[in-house]
Amino acid sequence: MNLIELSGIERVFTLGDSAVHALRSLDLALAAGEYVAIMGPSGSGKSTLLNLIGLLDRPDAGTYRFEDRDVTTLTADEQARVRRERIGFVFQSFHLVPRLTAAENIALPLMLAGVDPAERVERVKQALADFGLADRADHRPDQLSGGQRQRVAIARATIMRPALILADEPTGNLDRATGEEVMRLLEVLNANGVTLVVVTHDGALGARARRQVGMEDGRKVQDNSS
Amino acid sequence: MMPSDTLRFAARAAVGYPLRTFLMVLAMSIGVAAVVVLTALGDGARRYVVDEFSALGSNLIIVLPGRSETGGFNPANVITGTPRDLTVADAQAITRAPAVLRTAPLTIGTSEATYGGKLRDVTVVGATADYLKLRRMELAQGRFFSAEESSGTTAVAVIGTKIQSELFGVEPAIGRVLRVGDRRFRVIGVLAQSGQGLGMNPDEVVILPVAAAQAMFNTNTLFRILVEARGRAAIEEARTQTREILKARHDGEEDVTVITQDAVLATFDRILGTLTYGVAGIAAISLAVAGILVMNVMLVAVAQRTGEIGLLKALGAPGATIRNAFLAEAALLSASGALVGYALGQAGAFLLRSALPALPAYPPDWAVVAALATALATGLLFGVMPARRAARLDPVTALAKR
Repeated sequence: MNLIELSGIERVFTLGDSAVHALRSLDLALAAGEYVAIMGPSGSGKSTLLNLIGLLDRPDAGTYRFEDRDVTTLTADEQARVRRERIGFVFQSFHLVPRLTAAENIALPLMLAGVDPAERVERVKQALADFGLADRADHRPDQLSGGQRQRVAIARATIMRPALILADEPTGNLDRATGEEVMRLLEVLNANGVTLVVVTHDGALGARARRQVGMEDGRKVQDNSS
Repeated sequence: MMPSDTLRFAARAAVGYPLRTFLMVLAMSIGVAAVVVLTALGDGARRYVVDEFSALGSNLIIVLPGRSETGGFNPANVITGTPRDLTVADAQAITRAPAVLRTAPLTIGTSEATYGGKLRDVTVVGATADYLKLRRMELAQGRFFSAEESSGTTAVAVIGTKIQSELFGVEPAIGRVLRVGDRRFRVIGVLAQSGQGLGMNPDEVVILPVAAAQAMFNTNTLFRILVEARGRAAIEEARTQTREILKARHDGEEDVTVITQDAVLATFDRILGTLTYGVAGIAAISLAVAGILVMNVMLVAVAQRTGEIGLLKALGAPGATIRNAFLAEAALLSASGALVGYALGQAGAFLLRSALPALPAYPPDWAVVAALATALATGLLFGVMPARRAARLDPVTALAKR
């Protein structure tokens, strides 16, 4: 069964009076448990594709089936629910809330989902331990190193046990060693069955994935799926 | 998201930007404090005047010579235009009316009082034995006139405490002879200290029998007749009877003005009450300004936290959750502003009372409730627009912004 099925996707942005085709007649299917790198130069449409898969953006044409359900026709709040329960995001710039501690940042999705506070504390504690952050629980983001921040972000992305993790240049703001460490964490998650989609323009990073999708001018130019 | 989480999240956000929160709370509290202090001042003035007027006595009817009400054409006016004077005999006639308990004819003038080489200007009040009871006044020493003394021109006087201390000092005043104008009076009583009494301080008067005062000022007319009705219910009846009696005694002509203390009180109450409302309205403008400030501050907050809003959306927060979080923040800010303002206002009213002990400057309950409610309502109302803007942000553009 395919986790994600995109067919005939079009996305057009209007900049001034000219129309920019960010995605043109794109078809893509991802099976559950896959590890995919979406690659391409900037402006190739890879970020737009990631936003579409993450239900942050809507296509102008085409259909998107997520877990065998047409999600293009869902309302904004229904899409929010899918994001909350099935999708985790990891961003290049971490996107941690600066005034909240590491533990509170990790607890955000649980809070939004209305999970009972007692259960929240348990799950956050477990996540902090899993990601080696137990002694950093009460630190605010500005008291953490880049690698620790991205680990907090990954812990937050996985706390709801999603089916899909979308990572947008997850190592872009990190040095090589920490980047390597973060990628290993993500790959361990994938080994445990979570579908992992990484967007990057870094060839070496993309090469780690089992499948590479190349983008150029809004078109899929390479897909080495079997 | 659970309501308690929404509140906690909003509170963390408010605490996270201390300067912004401080300024916001300050603006809102100034608005609320202004309403509380200004209404305290207005209502204090109203209570002051009403209390002063009540101190005159109770169930009172006041008779003034001359007519201020407009009536129809009366042929008698053509022949006799000048109003007749009020006399002591008029007062005695009113006393016999069934609804009237007692009356006090009054004549008032100024003169000089001398004792032992000390001289002082005094207000001379000519009154009768019933005056003390009617005005609910107390004596500190001695006694008041008897009915016989007040009906004749017996040379006795009752003086205020200030007159006593200034002219007699530590000497006992009772039994001494006080010179008022060119006459001599034996002091038989000293009034208890009383503070204020509308327009005339009872501590600074010399009370003489009415006939003696009239003789001193060479007149046989009265300044006022104070009439006390038998009870609250009898006031209107006493008023009608007073008017009838005086009409009969004045050849069928209604040439006096009869007003009740209640009517005067009600008028003062109404005028000063309206004044308080007006002042409250002016102060409420500052609340409206504070409300607009809430909106401004919340719009800045939404712009500042665009990235955070994008993140919350990516984490699956529906629009309503984000809207509620920002609304809760606006409500928290205005609520704390309102509370701080209430405390400041009460402190201001307290300072006012300490500075002017005569003024009972307590803010009325309605004003306090209205100020707090308006603060909360404006905060929420002006918080709606920024909160909706936050909820409608596009997640992709919001996330792109840091």
